[in-house]
Amino acid sequence: MSEAAAAVAQHAAKGAIRIQNVDKVYYAREGRVQAVSECSLDIRAGEICMIVGPSGCGKTTLLNAIAGFHDITGGAIYLDGQMLCGPDKPKAEPGPDRVVVFQNGSLFPWKTNLDNVAFGPVVQGRMTRKEAAEKARGMMADAGLVGVEHNYPGEISSGMRRRVEIVRALMNDPKVLLLDEPFRALDSLTKSVMHEALLEIYYRNKVTIFFITHDLEEAIFLGHRVAIMTTRPCKPKKILDVDIPHPRNYSVLTSPRFRSLMEETVSAVHEEAVKAFEAGEKEM
Amino acid sequence: MPDGKPATSGGEIGAWEMVLYRVSKWLRSPTPYLMLVGFALFFGAWFLLSEVFKVWRFASLPGPRQVLLEWINPHPVYGLSLYTPDYYTHVWSSLRRVLYAFVISTCLGVPFGLFLGWSRNFREFTFPVFETLRPIPVLAWVPLAIVMFRADETPVIFLTTLASFYATALNTMLGVQSIDQSYPRAAACLGASKWQIFRHIVIPGALPFIFTGLQISVGVAWFSLVAAEMVSGEYGLGYVINTSYVNVQYPVILIGMISVGIVGYASSALVRLAGDYMMQWRVRELALGGGR
Repeated sequence: MSEAAAAVAQHAAKGAIRIQNVDKVYYAREGRVQAVSECSLDIRAGEICMIVGPSGCGKTTLLNAIAGFHDITGGAIYLDGQMLCGPDKPKAEPGPDRVVVFQNGSLFPWKTNLDNVAFGPVVQGRMTRKEAAEKARGMMADAGLVGVEHNYPGEISSGMRRRVEIVRALMNDPKVLLLDEPFRALDSLTKSVMHEALLEIYYRNKVTIFFITHDLEEAIFLGHRVAIMTTRPCKPKKILDVDIPHPRNYSVLTSPRFRSLMEETVSAVHEEAVKAFEAGEKEM
Repeated sequence: MPDGKPATSGGEIGAWEMVLYRVSKWLRSPTPYLMLVGFALFFGAWFLLSEVFKVWRFASLPGPRQVLLEWINPHPVYGLSLYTPDYYTHVWSSLRRVLYAFVISTCLGVPFGLFLGWSRNFREFTFPVFETLRPIPVLAWVPLAIVMFRADETPVIFLTTLASFYATALNTMLGVQSIDQSYPRAAACLGASKWQIFRHIVIPGALPFIFTGLQISVGVAWFSLVAAEMVSGEYGLGYVINTSYVNVQYPVILIGMISVGIVGYASSALVRLAGDYMMQWRVRELALGGGR
């Protein structure tokens, strides 16, 4: 137990992301697009940082830059003081220290849930198939995923799929989890269950969470901090400290503090949403 | 799916159990009976048109009764029936050629298609050539095939392979291109190398399209085989059809045609089964969705 506690403590010290003056320009059919401009944001190790902005505001561009799917055209991003991408190296290498959970889910449909979860350590050569399966089974059990190991992702509910995907990411002991609107496609009841499930997983693993959403309620419920982004170019407009203590559960939603935080931010978000709408909402 | 059995029982379901389950479900559905009705209507119409009413233009066509009697005749009028060893030699030579052609076109077409879909550079310099060659019909290749391969078997196999190869390669390429971008990205995040992504994502991800391609490919193989056999060779169902025409043995033409139909149907059913076997995930997903 003390070993586990030590592991948590060690974990909490890792996974600080520094986003420094990041620019991203790309050329689309409508011409030059400045998706991100002069964006600076410090994400502390072990915190849940929620990124809120209207659809197409450029927040996914930021995530893609951290994950290493896209290059940046200016500035730099550091993970624990080490440069991921910057002036000399515009595109980061994707790697298991920063695992993405995608909007529409990306469990491999041709692998069983267990094989999906075990995938990371096996391809990295860190574990044999057997060891990885063993660990995967344990982690799935911790996340309440028993009895679906040998099912394919297509056979289980979408809420369960998301949980499997998060467990698959955590199998790699990542420093950072990058969540790109992971619960967007879920109905609101499943979503509320998933929020608590995510927090529970987080309390056990204490990784840094970079969570993109356009749902303000979700953001305040989950986050230590909420960064409200401006729309195209994307940069922080307002950073809100959510001073509701963790661990949280759903009763928080009806607390007066939660309400006042919502009131404090809803206008800022709405303003950006209107701007995005007027600019013509475009998904990237 | 009323009883929800294969999807929710959770544990491991063997491939065989799955097949048995599907067969029994199939027998309880109207599908097989509708199929029989379809065949009955088809042969009934043919029978009425050609043998009973002798409708204009159908009168010169051999009727199904006449064909059937010749086919099962121990002493066939035209020398070819289920009782003559020649019949099996013809079926077997055609089957063997299709098998060769199918194996060759699959072994070449799948990797070729995978690289076409996977590597942009490779696609850019090979695809235009590929697309130029593809519309050239098999029959147009006959003279070249005979000039290039002087033996008896090889030109026929070459011609048969050609069209199958196009179908397999093209579908495989589309299969790779159809893979959701988030899969390779997720795999890269989880630490997979380029080669591992190819093995664990690209190949299985393209598999549904590959098997569509393979089913088209066997069909096309029979199609072009018969054309090729009509031009060269001394055995095979295509050869039977052509020589019977020359010798005015019309029922034998029909025996050849129906034989191609039956063996062709069986071979694509086999490919479909192999596909289901290799893509259990898809079979189960479809079963869950209430599909076939």
